[in-house]
Amino acid sequence: MNLKLKIWRQAGPKAEGHFMEYLARDVSEDMSFLEMLDVVNHDLIKQGKEPVEFDSDCREGICGTCGFVINGNPHGPDIATTVCQLHMRRFKDGDEITIEPFRAKAFPIVRDLTIDRGSFDRIIQSGGYISVNTGNAQDANNLPVPKQDADMAFANAACIGCGACVAACKNASASLFTSAKISHLGLLPQGQPERESRVLNMVAQMDAEGFGSCTNIGACSAACPKEISLESIARMNRDHLRAKIARR
Amino acid sequence: MSDKKLDSKVPEGPIQQKWDKHLFDMKLVNPANKRKHTVLVVGTGLAGASAAASLAELGYHVKSFCIQDSPRRAHSIAAQGGINAAKNYPSDGDSVYRLFYDTVKGGDFRAREANVYRLAQISRQIIDQCVAQGVPFAREYGGLLDNRSFGGAQVSRTFYARGQTGQQLLIGAYQALMRQVNLKNVDLYVRREMLDLVVVDGKARGITVRNLITGEIESYAGDAVVLSTGGYGNVYYLSTNAMNSNATAAWRCHRKGAYFANPCYTQIHPTCIPRSGEHQSKLTLMSESLRNDGRVWAPKAKGDKRPPQQIPESERDYYLERVYPSFGNLAPRDVASRQAKFRVDEGHGVGPTGEAVFLDFADAIKRLGKDKVSEKYGNLFEMYEKITGENPYEVPMRIYPAVHYTMGGLWVDYNLQSTIPGLHVLGEANFSDHGANRLGASALMQGLADGYFVIPATLSDYLARNKFDKLDTNHEAFQQSQKEVKGRLDQLLGIRGSIPVGDIHRDLGKIMWNYVGMGRTAAGLKKAIDEIGVLRKKFWEDVKILGTQDYKNMELERAGRVADFLELGELMARDALHREESCGGHFREEYQTPDNEAQRNDDKFAYVAAWESKSSGHGQLNWELHKEDLKFEYVKLAQRSYK
Repeated sequence: MNLKLKIWRQAGPKAEGHFMEYLARDVSEDMSFLEMLDVVNHDLIKQGKEPVEFDSDCREGICGTCGFVINGNPHGPDIATTVCQLHMRRFKDGDEITIEPFRAKAFPIVRDLTIDRGSFDRIIQSGGYISVNTGNAQDANNLPVPKQDADMAFANAACIGCGACVAACKNASASLFTSAKISHLGLLPQGQPERESRVLNMVAQMDAEGFGSCTNIGACSAACPKEISLESIARMNRDHLRAKIARR
Repeated sequence: MSDKKLDSKVPEGPIQQKWDKHLFDMKLVNPANKRKHTVLVVGTGLAGASAAASLAELGYHVKSFCIQDSPRRAHSIAAQGGINAAKNYPSDGDSVYRLFYDTVKGGDFRAREANVYRLAQISRQIIDQCVAQGVPFAREYGGLLDNRSFGGAQVSRTFYARGQTGQQLLIGAYQALMRQVNLKNVDLYVRREMLDLVVVDGKARGITVRNLITGEIESYAGDAVVLSTGGYGNVYYLSTNAMNSNATAAWRCHRKGAYFANPCYTQIHPTCIPRSGEHQSKLTLMSESLRNDGRVWAPKAKGDKRPPQQIPESERDYYLERVYPSFGNLAPRDVASRQAKFRVDEGHGVGPTGEAVFLDFADAIKRLGKDKVSEKYGNLFEMYEKITGENPYEVPMRIYPAVHYTMGGLWVDYNLQSTIPGLHVLGEANFSDHGANRLGASALMQGLADGYFVIPATLSDYLARNKFDKLDTNHEAFQQSQKEVKGRLDQLLGIRGSIPVGDIHRDLGKIMWNYVGMGRTAAGLKKAIDEIGVLRKKFWEDVKILGTQDYKNMELERAGRVADFLELGELMARDALHREESCGGHFREEYQTPDNEAQRNDDKFAYVAAWESKSSGHGQLNWELHKEDLKFEYVKLAQRSYK
């Protein structure tokens, strides 16, 4: 199939960006979306034009490196799918596809489709862990965890930190990302001692990074490749209120 | 006799007591002095992140570097199946000794016994540590940890978190690292690619990196360098490794004097999704855990193109169950891969390319129900469907072997120190504990053992025993290193040829897969050496890299990595040619038993082959071989049998 692409090009963080049009020819339906872009880049290089800069790494949907907006949807049209897992059989000959980076004040553009998500790391630094040094932990089975709790913690721990939730949110809120970590650790017995300080610090850091507020629309959860539930945000808000009162 | 330069420094005494005794014998650094030492940790996968966090917890000042935009994205994250530990929770006969024995045997008797025993001992602490950090391992209804079995073992010792064990363990280590960043014990440098090791007075004292965003060349000084930058599977172009996984940091250390050990030991994983065309950029693994419940088969008739549902039971060859009745579908990886290759070579392959066999879940779904199968493997089934468009609950998966892991790497002693004092190498980047073949669920174990438990002890000993002159990056060695790095980048950008980097990488991959892949011959390996030499020349004369080095330039990044693969690939072929035996992942077609199993030659080749670089430039490459003899005092050398 042949496709018409409109891709965001931006030389650097401070440069002005604009859409450029490209043709993708002879695209096979077995290609992944990123392999289609590889071919476009290969042609650009052959023509002496600089390729489109985009991030990707594992290409199996687990590292969270890739991600951009396709026709208005973060990671493209399929639910629970990262860009690298999206395959061209989802598109048809003659389609026009608009590709632009995840946009948020807290995700500055590095170049073309590549962004800086350091703000996510700083949110985790502010409290997204259990403070335990290496060595001398008790035997793992001394602390049984009900399967239901462990499974729910796991569902939240599955977050890949890609930033699609932020890109999907009209307020560019990082609430789904932050609440996933708060839920993962807060649902486990090991996470209890720091539960209050964790939620207070992480929410404060999220605000300090310039992410917007949550207005419970749910676009984040719909765009999330790991289907993190909106319930996690409710859990975070509940914990936050409780911690605020407890620490008055 | 082992080469004098290769002192393994294995402690004296019975194997069960070596590590404990060593822990006592090693010197400690006074708490007040610890913060005066800066340690540079390169890479933030399981080994690097756990090492950086643990060293910082001890009080050292750590600088942590990664090429990704966040340490959480290192390729350890993609490990699916699980992590081994000799916990014996299921009471099915496991023990430290059995894990040790299985690992040495699985590695086809080409690993250092003392290292493997230590790994098995530490395995139990790893699980405790990870659970304390909040890693959500799979649990049973009673709330206790669940285990499953993996290839090459007859006990269930694998802990897992659905098909995302690597992700969960890495997030655990990442969080420990972020905690230390918050405490200001770790300085974090993301999107930095290590391009040179700085050696001063014979000791590793720093690194030179490229800031991938600004293009700036930066140097950092420290008292030791800990390299945990992963393996070199991408030399094959197509592999299950991430796109950015590369050997450059390790290779630059090799060119600075670190010996490279057993480069020919590469692991071809039996269950990957087959390639679909020339555009393919990487291959996706389907976890070995699937072989717990999936049955591997090929049609008995050659060229049988019927859909699998229409092939009756009597016309299917469940060849792993037939050839290896006691291990069946859980035969080790090298064995299972070769058997798949035999079927395909004989014309029993399936799918559009004929390069695949079936992995069938029909029986498991009948026995366990679809829900139970989905709970265990749901994310893997979804991943398969996204890539192939086929539903594995209804149609058997098509699988074929693909390059997955590299057992070879920089040579290290028992303390994980390379032949350059002060350069320590962890995880997949070292040649380590897996011998000629790694068992499933052992990579995560080794990465975390090295990072959480071995290096904090052995690096302290190194720092306590050595004196360190104050040094900063104005020292001439750093200036020289920066000059060399910039010169090399200028040279690459100055070529302005006609061939995109990717095309040369793909050509290299074809040479490697055809001649240094699952089956190797002397004639093929000689051909590979010649062809790689020609390709390397072509690269340096005619590669096309656009733009400049002053901003994010992914083609330039890639070019540097491919340039190093073009040297490493040759060394792999040379190592494979010199090793005139078959063992584990290294299968020389000339050396096989009558029933096509690997035929070792213990009299001549029971050693680690460590190669010293004797090259300058990238034209004619030369190496000198050093040997570390392997002694087996506890495990009896035997022909491996999984029958």
